[in-house]
Amino acid sequence: MKFTWFNLMPWPHLPDDFREKNRSVWVDIDQALFDPVKCHEVYNDYLDLLEYADQLGYDGVGINEHHQNGYGLMPSPNIMAASLARRTSNAAVVVLGNSIALYNPPIRVAEEFAMLDIMTGGRFVAGFPVGTSMDTNYCYGTIPGLTREKYAEAHELIIRAWTEKKPFAFNGRYTKLRHVNLWPNVLQTPHPPIHIPGGGSVETYDFCLDNTYSYSYLSFSGYLRAKALMEGYWNRVGQRNSDQSPYRAGFAQTVFVAETDEEAERLYSEHAFYFYNRCLHVYPGFADAPGYRTIKTIQSGNLNQYMRPNYPTLTWKDLVDGGYIIAGSPETVRQRFEELIKGLHVGNIFLLLHVGNMPKDKCMYSTKLFAEKVMPHLRNMWPEHATDNRFWCKPIARRATPAPVGHAEMVAAQ
Amino acid sequence: MSSQSGITSRTIETRAAPINVLTGGTGPDLLFLHAAGGITAENPFLKALAGKYRVFAPQLPGYGDSGDSDNVRDMLDVTLHSFDVLEALDLDKPILVGHSLGGMIAAEMAALRPREVEKLCLIAAAGLWLDDYPVPDIFTLLPREFPAYMFHDADAGAKMMATGGNMNDPAFLIPFLVTNARQLGMAGKFLFPIPERGLKERIHRIRAKTVLVWGDSDRIFPAPYAQAFKALIPGAQLVAIPDAGHQVVLEKTDAVLAAIGRLG
Repeated sequence: MKFTWFNLMPWPHLPDDFREKNRSVWVDIDQALFDPVKCHEVYNDYLDLLEYADQLGYDGVGINEHHQNGYGLMPSPNIMAASLARRTSNAAVVVLGNSIALYNPPIRVAEEFAMLDIMTGGRFVAGFPVGTSMDTNYCYGTIPGLTREKYAEAHELIIRAWTEKKPFAFNGRYTKLRHVNLWPNVLQTPHPPIHIPGGGSVETYDFCLDNTYSYSYLSFSGYLRAKALMEGYWNRVGQRNSDQSPYRAGFAQTVFVAETDEEAERLYSEHAFYFYNRCLHVYPGFADAPGYRTIKTIQSGNLNQYMRPNYPTLTWKDLVDGGYIIAGSPETVRQRFEELIKGLHVGNIFLLLHVGNMPKDKCMYSTKLFAEKVMPHLRNMWPEHATDNRFWCKPIARRATPAPVGHAEMVAAQ
Repeated sequence: MSSQSGITSRTIETRAAPINVLTGGTGPDLLFLHAAGGITAENPFLKALAGKYRVFAPQLPGYGDSGDSDNVRDMLDVTLHSFDVLEALDLDKPILVGHSLGGMIAAEMAALRPREVEKLCLIAAAGLWLDDYPVPDIFTLLPREFPAYMFHDADAGAKMMATGGNMNDPAFLIPFLVTNARQLGMAGKFLFPIPERGLKERIHRIRAKTVLVWGDSDRIFPAPYAQAFKALIPGAQLVAIPDAGHQVVLEKTDAVLAAIGRLG
């Protein structure tokens, strides 16, 4: 199993009446709700938590890209990754990912990911999301009906730039480059492993299988509701006669650990409600620009954007029983995760252990309990696939240790 | 295929896709280019046009019974496609009428090949952008929000636009979303995120006799847009119609017909 400690980096200062007074947490969120001085603290706290996860032995630390929103404060996850490259030692830096249709030219992603791959000594996992409609269409202006074509072209350019070790010309429809010649280029061979966050697009299943990429389902409705979608994926894997390695798939799960189930509710319920009621308060008109989703996907009936539950009415018990969140004592959490891992047949877990407006101390408590009392019991869920390293990074053995010049003397002088 | 309205439909082949053309009536030839909402044989404005003209209303790729097209991506593609339709219908200089998105395409056609478009009517046309009058983002509107933007009389408009379906029923919702994705997915190539694709750099080339028709209470392209078109097209006449919104063709059908009549 690969456990990645994932931080969306939500804005933790949305007011109690946010939902009533604002139509959306995304795209046109009120500038008056943002405070850069508070954000300075927030960013540093979140980076501290990611670094803490590395110290506790999580396999990866994960970040992603979103724009103009209070749900996740990372327009550029690569900037966070650069910071983590220096301040973490063992965990993979998982950038899940860059919305490659949004970069002009997309060779920029190939370059920055190559830099991160090198800075981390190959502790790097790449992700190529299409991006939400809010980000891709409404914030970044990409034409919905052309988004996927643009994405496909960007993907082709990036992979060729990483793998063709000589200059070439790229005559794309959206990008024309006479001289493509990445310098520096990636460290891992043939390139960093790639995870594709998908939300049920049928075409994305095949894209992952064609390219040996891991399919990641990043939903917030939990593992029980994910079952149908993941079964669709595994059915497709079967139809294509591909192997059934669980590392072909990843899943994001919100999780809270405490000493007891009761303590979990007492400590964390307010933060779960904050997340579901404020961070996911997206105006429906921004959720799905016409043309963004393919006809096949709509016909498949994956309409969760339209038929999602009315979060504000959900109680803690609803969230737990419905599997939206996994919460409770280490034993409770372990059992639920076994169900999740076996039920969805996944090898990569993206743990949302920081949720909404959760303060640092509570998050560290939950994170430590998971690392020490849950994770060890889940490590060997897939012994028959233990040697499958196609979907994870391959760091070099002799990696440099960050050693700021003069740092020791400065600390001594203080 | 024939309908009770006297409007029939036929399929023509174009490079982009098989195109369904609604047609009816007798009189001078008139090519009508529909708005982003599309058009059906039951459209009252189309029927009214068929009362005076031999009208042809091709459905854009992705609309109605026309096929989908991946190779119509931008304004030039759709403009040339519209000439392909004219060619396939073997029409010679028909009166060219376009509403909203259709007006934008019609204006591009008239600018691209000014000697081939002699009579032009632009109704509440898209294609220009005025910083002081930002166009509402129609791609974010929910179905229930449309009538207030589209009609002078929102309540009456809501009745005209009523889908009659239950959005919570997948049996209704899925086909509704597929239609929406096909149609607005195509329209978005010309209108998203800002409905302006450089027409102002080309519009001076128009030589056609031009009538502009605008509802006074158009909330999509408000009155200053009509003035902007008038200022940019040499000799254009503006017919401003009171008590009508963006769907002036439905709200004041006779007045729009009378305005088109000015083209002779």
